[in-house]
Amino acid sequence: MAAPDGRRTRPGGAVFHSRTRLLDADDVARALRRMSHEIVERNAGLDGVVLVGLQRGGVPLAEALDANLREIEGVDVPVGALDVAFYRDDVATRPVLPEASSAIPTDLGGATVVLVDDVLFTGRTVRAALSALSEFGRPGRIQLAVLVDRGHRELPIRADYVGKNLPTAKDESLRATLDGVELGAMVPA
Amino acid sequence: MADSLRGRDLLSVAQLSRDGIVEVLEVAEAFAEVSRRAVPKVPTLRGRQVTSLFFEESTRTRLSFETAARRLSADVASLAVAASSVKKGESLRDTVETVEALGADVLVVRHRASGAPEQVARWCSRARVVNAGDGWHEHPSQALLDAFAVRAARCAQRGTSSEGSGAAAFDGLRVLIVGDVRHSRVARSEVIAYRTLGATVTLCAPGTLLPRDAEGWGVEVCADLDDALGEADVVSLLRLQTERGSGSHVPSLAEYTATFGLTERRAARLKPDTLITHPGPMTRGVEIASSVADAPNALVTKQVADGVAVRMAILFLVLGGEPARLGGAP
Repeated sequence: MAAPDGRRTRPGGAVFHSRTRLLDADDVARALRRMSHEIVERNAGLDGVVLVGLQRGGVPLAEALDANLREIEGVDVPVGALDVAFYRDDVATRPVLPEASSAIPTDLGGATVVLVDDVLFTGRTVRAALSALSEFGRPGRIQLAVLVDRGHRELPIRADYVGKNLPTAKDESLRATLDGVELGAMVPA
Repeated sequence: MADSLRGRDLLSVAQLSRDGIVEVLEVAEAFAEVSRRAVPKVPTLRGRQVTSLFFEESTRTRLSFETAARRLSADVASLAVAASSVKKGESLRDTVETVEALGADVLVVRHRASGAPEQVARWCSRARVVNAGDGWHEHPSQALLDAFAVRAARCAQRGTSSEGSGAAAFDGLRVLIVGDVRHSRVARSEVIAYRTLGATVTLCAPGTLLPRDAEGWGVEVCADLDDALGEADVVSLLRLQTERGSGSHVPSLAEYTATFGLTERRAARLKPDTLITHPGPMTRGVEIASSVADAPNALVTKQVADGVAVRMAILFLVLGGEPARLGGAP
């Protein structure tokens, strides 16, 4: 089931083929550090802040932000994981599978939730995440942090914290992890 | 993946590969998390209709499928056969076509005749069919939920997470299936599921309650329960199916209990971490002693709770990704 990078085989069995490396691991670390400072600044501290990474690409990024915030402010913020497969609006029209279970460590009532994902593209994942989050309480505010914003929005959604804006073609594929950001294409396995 | 459940009917466990079964178990883990929430409901199948067609009595399977469908926000319709036109002589085919014309996306079918769900699937033009038990043939969802419960319990015993564990829990696992194998659709599905996942299976039953073709199942057969008990990692107990005539295959219930029942004395000889499963309904005091059924390593009620998550996964997968449905029904 599991592909070498730890993700389950995507429906259809396509794998990512890298063509160009746009950011390396140091670039990503610097971007995440800046975003961490922005989170502290925007919220005047970290009171009530909860980081929620989207399964799976967003989860390690949320953990990295958490480590930065601990360094900057000396506080541990709760970190959760959210899977949005069951909230997508395209379940009936394309193969959708959950990546991994959701795990929200705390009641989100009144909290400032920072959703964390690797890539912001059409905005449909974030729309699904907003529905999914409401199952865990009524957050006071929800903000969005993404490592890469690649454009092509289909919904009125924007990010509050962006690591890097990278204009892409719609049929290209992007992989953004702690190790770097690569542009390529999905090819059948 | 041709052996995945995605977008297909579920008629037999045999249609699934090892990866296909593991996929069901992994998706079920995500639904188990949903089931633990304060409001255990997701909007995934909103607007889809799940119809249960039970031509044979059932408590848990029907309730479990309908609960699963509701937790997925599907609409649930349920045909009470006793109060339907079936009693006026309507054929199975006409019933199925009527139900499908009423907008069913999934038919969950139980029938006393082996193979009936497969026949129903042939008649359906659009809806997916899920076999909820057909005669002596198969009960796929039960075997999948047994595998789910066993995987979770084995991983918990080792202090590891079952999510993402694949089929590792079944490597070298020794499963002992005891009782009325001949009339048991659960046993047929369990044998296929456990063997596909990599476990070895031993059947233990009176000669009269063994299927005649058991040699072809790829299992060991053992006539003496006391010989087989000590090595088993999982003991799967079956009910004596008196409604299918198994009462006439044993001299008396008391003798059956004495030779093939999991009594307290026998349970004491199991390895301490051996798991006990039973598909229900249990006949306490016959195939299982009451105290054994309530012991911590008996998964019986856990199986019922896990059953909902596994059936959510089944409904989700059989309806998964159908480009043909784009733009709604024709």
